Amino acid sequence: MKLPLPMIAGCLLSIATLFALSESRSTASKAQSDLTASAAFAKAYQVFMHPRCLNCHPAGDSPLRGEDSRPHSGLRLRRGSDGQGVFTLKCTNCHQAQNQTGLHMPPGAPNILKDGALDLRNPRWHLPPARTPMVFQGRSAAQLCRQLQDPKQNGGLTTEQLIHHVSTDPLVLWGWNPGEGRAKPPITHQEFVASVRLWLEKGGECPQ
Amino acid sequence: MNQITFILNGKNTTVEVDPEKPLLWVLREDLGLTGTKYGCGMAICGCCIVHLEGDAIRSCVTPVARAEGKRITTVEGLSNDLSHPVQRAWMELQVPQCGYCQSGQMMSAACLLSLNSKPTDSEIADAMSGNLCRCGTYKRVRQAIHRAAEIAHEKGARR
Repeated sequence: MKLPLPMIAGCLLSIATLFALSESRSTASKAQSDLTASAAFAKAYQVFMHPRCLNCHPAGDSPLRGEDSRPHSGLRLRRGSDGQGVFTLKCTNCHQAQNQTGLHMPPGAPNILKDGALDLRNPRWHLPPARTPMVFQGRSAAQLCRQLQDPKQNGGLTTEQLIHHVSTDPLVLWGWNPGEGRAKPPITHQEFVASVRLWLEKGGECPQ
Repeated sequence: MNQITFILNGKNTTVEVDPEKPLLWVLREDLGLTGTKYGCGMAICGCCIVHLEGDAIRSCVTPVARAEGKRITTVEGLSNDLSHPVQRAWMELQVPQCGYCQSGQMMSAACLLSLNSKPTDSEIADAMSGNLCRCGTYKRVRQAIHRAAEIAHEKGARR
C-alpha cells in the first residue's frame, strides 16, 4: 500500500511533537524538583494568596468574595465557633454541593462522607474554625510558611495531613473549578500540590 | 426524574422530580405551597427562606435532592392555627406592608428565636441582614422579633 506524502509528513510531525512535549514535561518536572524548599513554597504562596483561597482565610471574622476580596455586601456574616456561620446565616444556607449556573450565583462544593467519598447532595462550604482561623490575608510568605507548619495554628495537621488536605479537600479543589466569572489560581492544582509536597519533603524551609 | 422523600411540615412527602430542581419550585409548583416566594433567584433577598433541619436555607438555590430524608418547614408549617410566637407577633404589630418578603422574614425570625430566645437589637440586625424589604419594614420586623421572644416566654406559648 502506498501512503500519500502529506500523510507520512503529518505522522512524522505528530511523532516529533509528542517527543518534544514529553521532553518538555520531563524538563519541567526536573526544574520543579530542583527547586529549594523555600522556592517551592514561594510558588505555592501564589495560590494561598489568590482570592479563591484567601477569601475563605480572611484576617477578620467574615468571609470575603470576588476578585477584590470584598465583604458579602449587606450580609452581616460571622465565622462562628465551628466556621460554619451563625444563626440564620450559615454558609451552607446559600452555598450548595456544586456551583450554581450563571454569573454571580453562589459557588459550592460537596461535603465528604465518613468513608472519604464525596457527598454530592450536601455542601461543605465553611471557614476555618475560630480556634484555628488559619488567616492567609495579610500574611507574608515567611509568616504563612511558619503558620502552616505550626500544629497550634494549623488545626494539628501533620505534614502528611497537610499534603492530603491540599490534594483532596473539595474546597481546595474548587479553586480550580470556581464557576462562571471567577479566575483560577495562576498555577495548576497538580503544580500546587507538587510545590507543597516538595516544600515539606525538603524540610519546610521558609522564605526570608 | 427521581423520587425524593422528605418530611414537609411534619408529614412524609414524596415527589417525582428532577433532583436538580430548586426546592422553591417543588414547594410552589409540585406541592402547591405558595407561601414561600420567589424574589431574586440568587440567594440574596431572602424571600424564599424555609427551614431544612432548622437551618434558614434559601430554597431558590437549593436542589431538592438535598432535602432527601430531611425535615423541611415552610411558613405554612410554623403552626396550623397561627399560634407560633412569630405569627402572633407579626399579626399583633401588623408588620407587613406589601407582604412579599414577609414569609422569608418570618422564617428567619423563627430560626433566630429557636437558637437565641432573647436576641439583642444587634443580634437581630445581624441575623436579619439577609432579608431585604423594599417597603422598609425593618423597624417593625425588629419590634416583632422582640415581641415574639416575649410571647414565647409566656406560659403555654408554643415555640
